[in-house]
Amino acid sequence: MSVLVNKDSKIIVQGFTGSEGTFHAGQMIEYGTNVVGGVTPGKGGQTHLDKPVFNTVEEAVKATGANVSIIFVPPAFAADAIMEAADAGIKVIITITEGIPVSDMIKANAYLKNRDCRMVGPNCPGVITPEEAKVGIMPGFVFKKGKVGIVSKSGTLTYEAADQVVRQGLGITTAIGIGGDPIIGTTTKEAVELLINDDETEAVVMIGEIGGQLEADAAKWYMESGSKKPIVGFIAGETAPAGRTMGHAGAIVGGSDDTAQAKKKIMRECGIHVVDSPAEIGKRVAEVLG
Amino acid sequence: MNLHEFQAKEILNSFGVEIQRGIVATTAAEAVEAAKKLTEDTGTGWHVIKAQVHAGGRGKGGGVKLAKNLQEVEQIAGEIIGMNLITPQTSAEGKKVHQVLITEDVYYPGDSEPEEYYMSVLLDRANGRNMIMYSTEGGMDIEAVAEKTPHLIFKEEIDPAVGLLPFQARTVAFNLGLSGMAFKKMTKFVTALYNAYIKSDSSLFEINPVLKTSDDRIIAVDAKVTLDDSALFRHKDYAALRDEREENPMEVEAKAVGLNYVDLDGNVGCMVNGAGLAMATMDLIKQAGGEPANFLDVGGTADAERVEAAFKIILKDPSVKAILVNIFGGIVRCDRVAQGIVDAYKNMGNIHVPIIVRLQGTNADLAKEIIDSSGLDVQSAIEFQEAADKVQAVMS
Repeated sequence: MSVLVNKDSKIIVQGFTGSEGTFHAGQMIEYGTNVVGGVTPGKGGQTHLDKPVFNTVEEAVKATGANVSIIFVPPAFAADAIMEAADAGIKVIITITEGIPVSDMIKANAYLKNRDCRMVGPNCPGVITPEEAKVGIMPGFVFKKGKVGIVSKSGTLTYEAADQVVRQGLGITTAIGIGGDPIIGTTTKEAVELLINDDETEAVVMIGEIGGQLEADAAKWYMESGSKKPIVGFIAGETAPAGRTMGHAGAIVGGSDDTAQAKKKIMRECGIHVVDSPAEIGKRVAEVLG
Repeated sequence: MNLHEFQAKEILNSFGVEIQRGIVATTAAEAVEAAKKLTEDTGTGWHVIKAQVHAGGRGKGGGVKLAKNLQEVEQIAGEIIGMNLITPQTSAEGKKVHQVLITEDVYYPGDSEPEEYYMSVLLDRANGRNMIMYSTEGGMDIEAVAEKTPHLIFKEEIDPAVGLLPFQARTVAFNLGLSGMAFKKMTKFVTALYNAYIKSDSSLFEINPVLKTSDDRIIAVDAKVTLDDSALFRHKDYAALRDEREENPMEVEAKAVGLNYVDLDGNVGCMVNGAGLAMATMDLIKQAGGEPANFLDVGGTADAERVEAAFKIILKDPSVKAILVNIFGGIVRCDRVAQGIVDAYKNMGNIHVPIIVRLQGTNADLAKEIIDSSGLDVQSAIEFQEAADKVQAVMS
C-alpha cells in the first residue's frame, strides 16, 4: 500500500504545454509515472510529450479515465483549474502553483468542501510514492522505496529529510508535500492520518514550520488516536522573528501559540519524537524504528 | 504589502467606508495649508497631526499630536516631519517620518459621549474563511484585550459563498451596544468595510479605533491595511502605493534581483534554496553557536549570477562573520551550483569572511571536488551536520 498516488493512478497535467508543465511532466514520465494526458484550454487535439492534450478536464477524464491531476497553471488561473478538476470528478488534485491569491483559495476550498476529492497544496512539491508514481517536482532519485511516510510543508526540506532517511538504510512509502500557504487543501493532520492508517508505513516524519495551528492539530489527533506508530517531528523557524513572512506565505509567527517552540512543546506532549536539529531527522527515525 | 494610514483610508473611503478626513503634508508649510483646507471642508477647529510610518503605536512614540490652532499645526508638523519615530513596533533606531497626515478632530462634544471600538477583517487560518473580529474595547492593544478580557472580543465568520449577511452586520452593531442612528450607521459601516476588504484583495484590515462620534456617526479614525501580495497583479493602482522607504533597503535590493531575503541581527549569513530549508539552516546556525544574519531563499535556479547577487547582499551587512551556503540539488545540479559559487567568488575577489558550502543531492561529490580544488577559502560539506560543525569551528 501507499497513499494518494501509486502505479495505477491515471494522471493528467493541467497547464501541460506551459514551460513548467512541460518540464516537470517530462520528468514525471521519465520516472515511470502513468501520465495519461494533459489539459491546456485551446490546445485540445494536439499531442504533447507523446500524450493527448484536451481543452477541458472533463474531456480528459472521459477519454482517459484520469483520477489524479497535477496543476502547473499560473497563479491568476490556478484556483479555477482546481475547481474544474473537482467538477470533472478528479479524486486527487495536486496543486504546485505558488502565489495564488488568498481570496481565490478561500473560494476554491469552499467549492471542494462537499465534494468527493482531495486537494494537496498549493505551493507544494507534490506527492511521490517511490518506484510507482512521482506526481510533483521533487528529484525522484532521492526517494527510495521503504517504510517511512513523510509529511512536510516545505520542498527542499522534504528532500533533505528523505535523503537522511535513505542514508540510514531506510526508505519512503509516500512523501506528501502539503505546501506552505496559509490556506491548503490537505492539512498536516489529514496527511498524517493517511500515513498512520497505511499498513505499509511503519513510521512518519512530520515537518512543519512557524505559523498556524496545523502541527498542533495533527499532534492532538495523533495522541487521541492512540496509534503506536512512531512520528518524528521537526519544526523549522525557531530563529525566525515574529511578524515577518519567511518565504512561504504561511510562515509567519502571529502569536505565542504558533512559534516553533510552542509547536514543538505540544508535539512532545502528544508523544511525537521531536528533533531540535534538522540534521538529526534521519538518525531519529532509525532510532525509533529500532 | 503594507500601506500608510492615509493610503489605507483612501481605499476604505473609495468603497464607501466613512473615515476621519485628512490631507497629507511633507513640510510644516504644507501642513498649515492642509489644516486651513480641512477647516473649510469639514468645519473642524482643532487638528490632529499623525506621523505616516509603517508601524503601530505611533501615539506612544510622540507621532500623533493634537493642534488647537494653526501655529501649533506648523510647530508640531515641523517637529514630527524628519524625526526618527520610535514606537513599540519599530527597532531601537526608530523610523524616519517623511510625511504627516493632518486630520479633522472627530472627538468634538455633542449630544452623546464619543465611544471607541476595535474592528478587524482577516483570514481565519483554522477554517480557511474570513472573519470580522471586533470589540467594545477600542483604542487599546487588542492582544492585551484578548488576554485580560477575552469575552469582550467577538467574531463573525463569513461564508465565502454568500458573503457578509445582513443579520451578521446587525449582530455586530448589537454586540457593540448600539441603538438608533448609531446602530444603522454601524451596520452600513461593517458592510462597506467587508466589501472593501474583498474588493481590494486585502489580507488584513485593522480599524482601531472605530469611533462613534457625539452625533452618532461611525467612522474609521485609524486604518491599517495589508494587501495580499499574491493578488497585486490585478490591482496595479494599489501596487504603485508601495513606499520602499519604509522597507529595509537590503530587502528592497534583494527583491529587485528576485531573491527572497529577510534581514536579521546575527553574525552568520546564509544562502539556501527553499524557504523551509532556509529556516532550518538558520536554526542550525544558532545551534552551532552562531546567530543567523538573514533568511535568504535563492530559489530553484542557483546560477553564478544569482549566487553573486546573494553574496553581495549578505556581505553588505558588516556584522557577518561567516557565510553558510546550503543547497539541496534536486532538479538543479550541485556541480553547476558549485561552479556558480566559484565563479561568483572569483568575480567578487574581495570576500573577507570564511564560506562554508554544503551541497547535497544531484552530483554532490562532483560539486565537492569543484569547491575543494578551486584553491579558494571555501570549505565544503555534504552532510547537514558536517556543515554545522564547520560553522561552529569558524565561529569559535
